[in-house]
Amino acid sequence: MAILVGLVLAVVGFVAGTGILGGIRTSMGLEYWSTDMSWSVGYPVALIGWLIGVGGWKYWAVEWFGGKAATPPKGVKRYFEWNMDHKVIGIQYGVTFVVLFLLSGLTAMLIRFELMNSGMQLFTEDQYNSAMSFHGIGMVAVAVAIMLGAFGNYIVPLQIGARDMAFPRVNALSYWLVPPVAIMLIIALLIGGWDTGWTAYPPLSVLTKSGQVLFNLAVITFGLVSILGGINFIATIIYERAPGMTWGRLPIFVWGAFAGSLIAFFFTQGFAAGLLMILLDRVVGTSFFHAAEGGSPILYEHVFWFYSHPAVYVMVLPAFGAVLEVLAHMSRKPLYAYRWVVGALLGIVAISGVVWAHHMFTSGMEDYLHAPFLVLTEMISIPTGIIFLSAIGTIWAGRLWMRTPMLFALAFIFNFTVGGLTGIYLADVPTDIHLHDTYFVVAHFHYTIMGGEIFALFAALYYWFPKMTGRQFNETLGKIHFWIMFIGFQLVFIPMFQVGVKGMNRRVADYPEAYEDFNRFISWSGFLLGISFIFFAANMVLSWVRGERAVANPWGASTLEWQVSSPPPEHNFEGQPVIQGGAYEYGVPNAPAHARMGTAAATENV
Amino acid sequence: MAAAVSHSHEHADPVAHAWHRVRINRLGLWLFLISDGALFAIFAASRFYIAGTAIDPHLNQLLGLAITSLLLLSSFSAYRAETAFAHGNTAHGRTMLLATILMGLLFVGGVAYEWSIAEFAASEVYGTAFFSMTGMHAFHVVTGLLFLAVIWARSGGGRYSQGPAVWPVTAVVIYWHFVDVVWVFFYPTLYLLK
Ligand SMILES: [Cu+2]
Repeated sequence: MAILVGLVLAVVGFVAGTGILGGIRTSMGLEYWSTDMSWSVGYPVALIGWLIGVGGWKYWAVEWFGGKAATPPKGVKRYFEWNMDHKVIGIQYGVTFVVLFLLSGLTAMLIRFELMNSGMQLFTEDQYNSAMSFHGIGMVAVAVAIMLGAFGNYIVPLQIGARDMAFPRVNALSYWLVPPVAIMLIIALLIGGWDTGWTAYPPLSVLTKSGQVLFNLAVITFGLVSILGGINFIATIIYERAPGMTWGRLPIFVWGAFAGSLIAFFFTQGFAAGLLMILLDRVVGTSFFHAAEGGSPILYEHVFWFYSHPAVYVMVLPAFGAVLEVLAHMSRKPLYAYRWVVGALLGIVAISGVVWAHHMFTSGMEDYLHAPFLVLTEMISIPTGIIFLSAIGTIWAGRLWMRTPMLFALAFIFNFTVGGLTGIYLADVPTDIHLHDTYFVVAHFHYTIMGGEIFALFAALYYWFPKMTGRQFNETLGKIHFWIMFIGFQLVFIPMFQVGVKGMNRRVADYPEAYEDFNRFISWSGFLLGISFIFFAANMVLSWVRGERAVANPWGASTLEWQVSSPPPEHNFEGQPVIQGGAYEYGVPNAPAHARMGTAAATENV
Repeated sequence: MAAAVSHSHEHADPVAHAWHRVRINRLGLWLFLISDGALFAIFAASRFYIAGTAIDPHLNQLLGLAITSLLLLSSFSAYRAETAFAHGNTAHGRTMLLATILMGLLFVGGVAYEWSIAEFAASEVYGTAFFSMTGMHAFHVVTGLLFLAVIWARSGGGRYSQGPAVWPVTAVVIYWHFVDVVWVFFYPTLYLLK
């Protein structure tokens, strides 16, 4: 209902915004409608209408005008409108992004269908570009936001013993900025799509059709989501920890979320700035990227990669945290080298901002930049290596409990190793000049982000599913999902390394017949990979609706979120929990329990 | 419990709780400003990337100096406003808010006038830098003015008097200083090089 009101107000806002612009344009003797400019003006107004409609007015803004904010409803209804409870928002993010994940995965299936044979099958070249671009930005959005959005929101406040996030209203605001992003991308497809992938390189992005403008507006909005979310996590983790929760006792997932948020809040501006410059070039006629006027498309690559390299750490740092979390609890051992891992996470934050030009070795940028960016990029392998060693050290001689989340966490170690090792060839200038823009890059990227972050995502999803839904998932379906996904994944991306070395370019709708055998194999493997998500989706829906009731602590884990009921009570804790030891003291003699749970009565005296 | 450790539970003491909220809000605001500052920094760096240190000779230097002085002065009155509210002197605080708003309006007017008389186009590289940077900055000034106006309109009746209640005024004033500091960097970048 609130969503419907939001949509109506968005349309009203859009008509009003474009109408006022049209009036001004007509009075200046111009045409009423100009697709680029009208969308750029109409969209922000529509966005405000949407936010007001979905509850931003009723539950928040009305207070600024002396009114009284409404009380949110209980039950299922609250998931479909503005709500400030971090647990509701976590579920909202989770469901939204799983849907977007499946949608973007479906486009990947269409892409693989097109690439089965040389020549054009399903798409025109333009449609292929749009499908590839939608798959790219959809998955990047999922990868950036789902870990922090779903599990960060739901789990971090619980793990640190807080009642909620530091800024609940900003939290609701940032979630409700997400649906417009998805809607805009879909409208962009409907009005003819766009050609520039998720990277939007000029000069093409300045010259191409208007779908590009919608893409830019959507992704700038998404940047705002990421920044506001990042700020919220930093403030929450700094100020909302329970008594005794010192920095050295924080669960490692919280550290991962903290490190990822530091990057998100500082670097996301780069992408937004680059996209804004494209809009300015297109709409008001500036010359940031018009080489004829003295502008430079290479400027865009610098600005864009200044964010988009660190962005991969927004994706993987929380994922590192989640994987180490699962490994420690399911190996029944203390997390190996906890302090080194924390140092490594912060080290990655520090270095991530000075490696971006490794994406630009063939761009024509200044030659003297090659060596420093090569060396700095290689340096990242030191902290990532530490995290890898911590994972190995944690499972070493542990009693591994091979449940679904653990399988995904172990697969993460394997995939990320492959991704890391193949990254060396792309960081080194001599090999990169050959491999640049080939399927080798596609394979490497998917090994780190899909094999790394998305496998970690499923580890986290199965691990916290009982806590978040109050139901236990089906273990057999979970394991089937894992094995098909793991095998399918290897069969898709290992041949891609090879076809890339042989010179097949990425982002092409058609290719020479010589590559046909490889591509047919990759496509069939891709369909196998796709099938695994049918088991996943079935498991999620069936278990959530009629799964067995979950107990409070099905994994016997020590961290705080497992010490309350599944799902947790409205204000998370009946009393005030007090932290008295580390989070992973499994089998450590005389170690104090991680937390002492307060009772409601005792809270009065705290 | 250890006083050094922050805590999330409701404070028994509402004043302590209010101060706790102010600390959190202050951090949130600063993080936002750092993030926003990165956006300004990227645009300033882009100016050098595409236009080097070139400056258009048609720029009205006197006007630039005048609006810069006005904005700096307005930061002083904003500071006076905050101090007045913190000491419970609502009347003086409101006057100073009005003075700040007035100077801010004059600044925006000055920028608009500069735009209208500019003899360079947005399609030249210097024009690209000039219009995008001043435009983005002016947008922040206008939002700052809106915040100041809201604070002024609601400040009657001593709502923001003393203690943690002053926070909304402080927040807007910090934002105003931030916009001012950005201009301290943008002014030489756009007007004074070479
Ligand atoms: Cu990179």
